[in-house]
Amino acid sequence: MKATMTEAQTSFSLAVADGSRLLEELPGEKLAWMLQKMCEIRYFEEKAEELYIRGLVHGTMHLSIGQEASAVGSSAALRSNDLIIHHHRGHGHTIAKGADITLMMAEFLGKEPGYCHGRGGSMHIADIPGGNLGATGVVGSGIPTAVGIALALQMRRSDQVLLCFFGDGAANLGEFHESLNMASIWDLPVVFICENNQYGMSMSVRRSMNIERVSTRACSYGIPGETVDGNDVLAVYQTIFAAIEHARSGKGPVLVENVTYRWRGHSKSDRNLYRTQEEIDAWKKLCPIKRFKKTLVEAGVMTREEAEAIDVEAQATIDRAAEEALTFPEPSPENMEAEVYAL
Amino acid sequence: MSSNGRREISYLEAVREAMVQEMRRDPEVFLMGEDVGVYGGAFGASRGMLEEFGPERVRETPISEAAIVGAATGAALMGMRPIAEIMFMDFITISMNQLVNQAAKIHFMFGGKASIPLVVRAPAGSGTGAAAQHCQSLEALFMNVPGIKVVAPSTPYDVKGLLVASIRDNNPIVFMEHKLLYRTKGPVPEELYTIPLGEAEVKRQGRDLTVIAYSIMVPRALEAAEQLAAEGIELEVVDPRSLKPLDEETIVRSVCKTGRVLIVHEAPLTGGVGSELAAVIAGSEAFDFLDAPLRRLAGRDVPIPYNRTLERAAVPQVEDIVAAARVLAQEGR
Repeated sequence: MKATMTEAQTSFSLAVADGSRLLEELPGEKLAWMLQKMCEIRYFEEKAEELYIRGLVHGTMHLSIGQEASAVGSSAALRSNDLIIHHHRGHGHTIAKGADITLMMAEFLGKEPGYCHGRGGSMHIADIPGGNLGATGVVGSGIPTAVGIALALQMRRSDQVLLCFFGDGAANLGEFHESLNMASIWDLPVVFICENNQYGMSMSVRRSMNIERVSTRACSYGIPGETVDGNDVLAVYQTIFAAIEHARSGKGPVLVENVTYRWRGHSKSDRNLYRTQEEIDAWKKLCPIKRFKKTLVEAGVMTREEAEAIDVEAQATIDRAAEEALTFPEPSPENMEAEVYAL
Repeated sequence: MSSNGRREISYLEAVREAMVQEMRRDPEVFLMGEDVGVYGGAFGASRGMLEEFGPERVRETPISEAAIVGAATGAALMGMRPIAEIMFMDFITISMNQLVNQAAKIHFMFGGKASIPLVVRAPAGSGTGAAAQHCQSLEALFMNVPGIKVVAPSTPYDVKGLLVASIRDNNPIVFMEHKLLYRTKGPVPEELYTIPLGEAEVKRQGRDLTVIAYSIMVPRALEAAEQLAAEGIELEVVDPRSLKPLDEETIVRSVCKTGRVLIVHEAPLTGGVGSELAAVIAGSEAFDFLDAPLRRLAGRDVPIPYNRTLERAAVPQVEDIVAAARVLAQEGR
């Protein structure tokens, strides 16, 4: 039922997950789809940044450029009817879960046809029918909600599983502790995914906690904890897949830490005063998209030209989505009060 | 049974009956909270429910208020109808982020594509000698949060009908149960019924002065009305029953009739529900009918003290309502 202490404490080495066997096990279309989604995320966010700089976007945004493998590797391991709940840096999860990119772009631009009719914006994109139960803007706030979603799945005897994404900053909240404990005592079908991108805004993990690996906290709850190279999409897939199977089989939650790095600042106000350009450049060398392309080509899954064709098509998809979304109508402020409460 | 043959049960029993009957009717309804199982809840509201419904639907939790309200929110997002019991209303503050930033926002923030049918039941109010951290009445905090409804019943009949309506409502609801009302008795039909949220009730007709009171202040206002009737002053007592949505029409109609209004609540005066009620009345057609200034009688702006005399003095008592209403009935004549 519960993980042994040995599992929780020792199986968090970055070397453990080697996803290379997936190159043979997964169908070529699946691997191509993963590359396509990673490229779409990258280009969506670059487009978002461009639209912002052009003054077409109201408010702020939180870009996950550099973290694409975490979102795609995790979601790729799900069945189509499984669920996710995620956070403010959530464009990647939304695309990886299969959202309509035009409707996403429309929401980002605050347009009426957007996923949330322009009421949520970049931080709160939800695609309920698509199994994306929404992004929360308050760090860690989705974690207790995840407990309830998984509880409903369990009470209804569903075989669906929930992925709950949050960042390293959220792991220091009381809500993290309350929720992982509760999910553990009830053996809920949820995989908690800490996307450790090394910084909670400007505070580094090194300064905000006295442990090497967030996943070691799993032992406090008697659940398995794993740390994986979050820039290796196949390693993420393999680790999350195993965690999902654990949760789906009724054994309870798992905590997985995807170690990654955000290339851009926390949000648009960030002047990068807390880290060096050398550090950012070093992580850019670990670009998850370049790595995956190289792996795919070297393994003979596809040619360099095929990989580039996927990349080019992803860029075109994003350009078309933005072009169309920009033509969408703005919402009307007339009847907002009537929308506050459900009928 | 009362003298006229109608069944009488306590406010606490009415709370339980509403939960039990709704859980029998709808498998999506369940209760979660601290000590709600074999202990029966801190005030006994869920006594016996574990035996009938089992530990899955009468779900005991660790002391984790944020996760209780958060998990209830998540289950509600999935279409279940959780009732979360928070042992004392004061402890809702621990779950404030989940209630205010998650539950209240999801419907609107996600463009109406999800809803949160959640009831947070919370024993509120002073009079038990439990001092500053176990006696608060925090309804005003929640009234100022779009997306949350606030219900504050005063009688066994109302608490059953309003709780059933709240469970069936598709929005997050803060459901205030006053601890001193738990033992009060009154007629309650055995069958299921609902009282729509946003419908005030005139608990007593009177020509001279309108008292607007809710929760524990309703029985106190009614007792004050009896005393003043002996002096020839007739109070009309209006109980909004739900504070949000608020039945402005019934309130305004009553004030138009009497021309005088005293707003009474236990929570502290400043920024309290009375401020909102006063503004509603002053901004309505009732303004032209006012023969005297609007008056508020509320809890003093202090934390609830421990000492019995101090505790009593911190919130309106029957004699305070009598005194305030007597003065107001003469004002401007």
